[in-house]
Amino acid sequence: MLLIHHTSFYFSVTFLLPMHNPVTISKKACFVLQAEVFPYPEIGNDEVEEIKQLVAPVEKFFSDDVDSAKIDREATIPLETLQGLKDLGLFGIMIPEEYGGLGLSHTIYARLNEIIALDGSIAVTLAAHQAIGLKGILIAGNEAQKKKYLPKLASGEHIAAFCLTEPGSGSDAASIQTRATLSEDGKHYLINGSKIWISNGGMADIMTVFARTEVEVDGVKKDKISAFIVERAFGGIASGKPEDKLGIRGSNTCELSFDNVPVPVENVIGEIGGGFKIAMNILNSGRFSMGSSCAGMIKKLIELTSEYAATRKQFNKSLSEFGMIQEKFAMMALNAFVMESMAYLTAGMMDRPGVPDCSLEAAMVKVFSSEGGWICVSEALQVLGGLGYTKNYPFERFVRDCRILPIFEGTNEILRMYITLTGMQYAGKILTGKIKEMKKGNIGLAIGMVSKKLRTSLGASVDLGLTGKDGVVHPSLEDSAKKLEQNVSLFGSTVESLLYRYGKTIVDEQLVLKRVADVLIHMYAMTAVLSRASRSISIGLRNHDHEVLLANTFCNDAFFKNNYWMVQLQKHSPENNDANIKKIAKQVLENRAYICSHPLERTY
Amino acid sequence: MSGRVLVGVKRVIDYAVKIRVKPDNTGVVTDGVKHSMNPFCEIAVEEAVKLKEKKLIKEVVAVSCGPQQSQETIRTALAMGADRGIHVDVSGKDYENLGPLQVSKILAALAKQEDAQLILLGKQAIDDDCNQTGQMTAALLDWPQGTFASEVSLEGDKINLVREIDGGLEHIKINTPAVITADLRLNTPRYATLPNIMKAKKKKIVTVKPADLGVDVTSRLEVLKVEEPPQRQAGRV
Repeated sequence: MLLIHHTSFYFSVTFLLPMHNPVTISKKACFVLQAEVFPYPEIGNDEVEEIKQLVAPVEKFFSDDVDSAKIDREATIPLETLQGLKDLGLFGIMIPEEYGGLGLSHTIYARLNEIIALDGSIAVTLAAHQAIGLKGILIAGNEAQKKKYLPKLASGEHIAAFCLTEPGSGSDAASIQTRATLSEDGKHYLINGSKIWISNGGMADIMTVFARTEVEVDGVKKDKISAFIVERAFGGIASGKPEDKLGIRGSNTCELSFDNVPVPVENVIGEIGGGFKIAMNILNSGRFSMGSSCAGMIKKLIELTSEYAATRKQFNKSLSEFGMIQEKFAMMALNAFVMESMAYLTAGMMDRPGVPDCSLEAAMVKVFSSEGGWICVSEALQVLGGLGYTKNYPFERFVRDCRILPIFEGTNEILRMYITLTGMQYAGKILTGKIKEMKKGNIGLAIGMVSKKLRTSLGASVDLGLTGKDGVVHPSLEDSAKKLEQNVSLFGSTVESLLYRYGKTIVDEQLVLKRVADVLIHMYAMTAVLSRASRSISIGLRNHDHEVLLANTFCNDAFFKNNYWMVQLQKHSPENNDANIKKIAKQVLENRAYICSHPLERTY
Repeated sequence: MSGRVLVGVKRVIDYAVKIRVKPDNTGVVTDGVKHSMNPFCEIAVEEAVKLKEKKLIKEVVAVSCGPQQSQETIRTALAMGADRGIHVDVSGKDYENLGPLQVSKILAALAKQEDAQLILLGKQAIDDDCNQTGQMTAALLDWPQGTFASEVSLEGDKINLVREIDGGLEHIKINTPAVITADLRLNTPRYATLPNIMKAKKKKIVTVKPADLGVDVTSRLEVLKVEEPPQRQAGRV
């Protein structure tokens, strides 16, 4: 008996605008997160078989031929290991077969990353090469560029790097200063500038470089960013010495300086002046796999750590019998479950025909996974206590390797802003009209809003079609689904009132936006686990009862967290300390120090 | 000479897995447990592919006896360089009771059907450690056998073999057609690279039933009980 309907289900956060005001827009304003999150994406039998085949040699390679401790110690990946990775075909996983790659889907890419992530340095080297380094050619390059460059990149004969960040431009990528000027004969661009923190910078043969170019828009000269394929062979490129990093030490990171590097005009990717958009598309498309990478790593840690917890005894009991230790394992299992669910839901959506834009979902996966991963590795180390703190065990390396995750590929701070603002963008457009009305003194509108709010807060739950006779969620997950519905309902009205309260200035209210982002991320996570667990029950996957347990536990926890954050977002909420926090920060930053008098000081 | 080599590959529980006995003591837990190709079978496949690369033989046919999942094992052999596969479909109780005697009958029948010049097998499987299939197959076919091979070289229609035995190394020369079983130091099996796995998708696997080969797979053995070995006691110095 199939309990999942095959009609697609749209996850929507709906804020119903006052219907009875004649000036308002009469249709529902829907902020649609993404189409089709139910049923959980499924791949064909053939693909499942194929994945098993592909995973086996990669797992074997990583367990037999990758010495992660040595890579970390010597801060380099041995050439034989790199060659082994090339031979396995791991340098061109998503490059189409016609250009010499494996032509595999996002889903399979994510699956392979679960294994590759077991060595952080290798994972970053491969990702810098194919998830961002050569991605520009793949998604925005023309046929000639693809034919020329992709085959050698797929085999690993050439390695790629992504060159955007500069000493003065990190998160503020649009402010880069590297310049590309057109030569006299119009056949070359000359690139001048320097880039920093470039992964694979020291060994890359092909680089995607972003530089400012002068363009004419409606007769006005403007400075816009363009993307270029630059070969080291063009000359004029110098790499700095490898950065001495806390973690991912085997991954090469360095500065690159460009001194009148001649780049043929045929090597411009896309349109001149269209580089920023290409950069964002590249970065957006690479993020989703962090979910499966972190999940793969946590699953491995659970194995390593539980072995210890089961055998180590103190007070005549094994560690696994103590509550605080058990909690850590539950937390790791929950995190791995959520990360997997989100990652493969996102990958599945990206694999749907029609090139859908899943940048919002990918960003949410990245934020959740990077922070969850960091906490999990730390707790895993904690289980091993002193032993975990030594280099005799891999835990300290996992901790160091994980610290980069909330930083690169878009800092989590920036991504939270992106998540919230993209999410609210749709609503904002609709509501701008409303705010104008309000300012004109249209009282009816204000009253309409208040009364509508009263109705919704009095328990008129939003029915998203999750539960009930025709619901898409299995009955054993019904409670959790109802909690999600409640969160969504409250979220809608919360965001609506925030937009009314702040208007456009909301972009500067980071502490407000942070909470909105966190709620969004947790709601997406809840959706992912409900969708996945529903499918598992329906098709009778092994251990689906455990999945139901995980799903319900996570949703319960997320439900209360979401409610708390949303309570803090209400006007004059006593639970909200933001004003004080800002005051404290201001005083500390003005003085660039902690300003309290020392507790031991006297005044007489 | 047909220049065709039959390689037997067995799907077994992965060597790295911690084996657990089923609560009812009828066998070990296989459900949901990681399986892979028997390591000695990998060595056999590698040797066959090497012979083909040296152009000493023309075709490598991978054979596996078992349920649907055995096809994965055959696919791995194809990805390593075998040309085509034969899946002998044995499942359920028949599979649980499948042992060297039945498998050797199947291999003998296939060798005749495929006009094989050589049969390459692993010396033993890591799940039952029988070390019998190669020997039985040779006997059924009345072919010479070179077991525990650590070196193999073809010389015309004869084979020079070095065998690892308890007393040391034994050098023998046998006629073809023959059965060879691979020992650990014969070679280092190559990785089935992802591009090769993709290419192997186009190679054919044919499914047959033991009855089609005229083989009766009923077992003459009955497993009474499976239990864990006794726990190691602490030693005394």
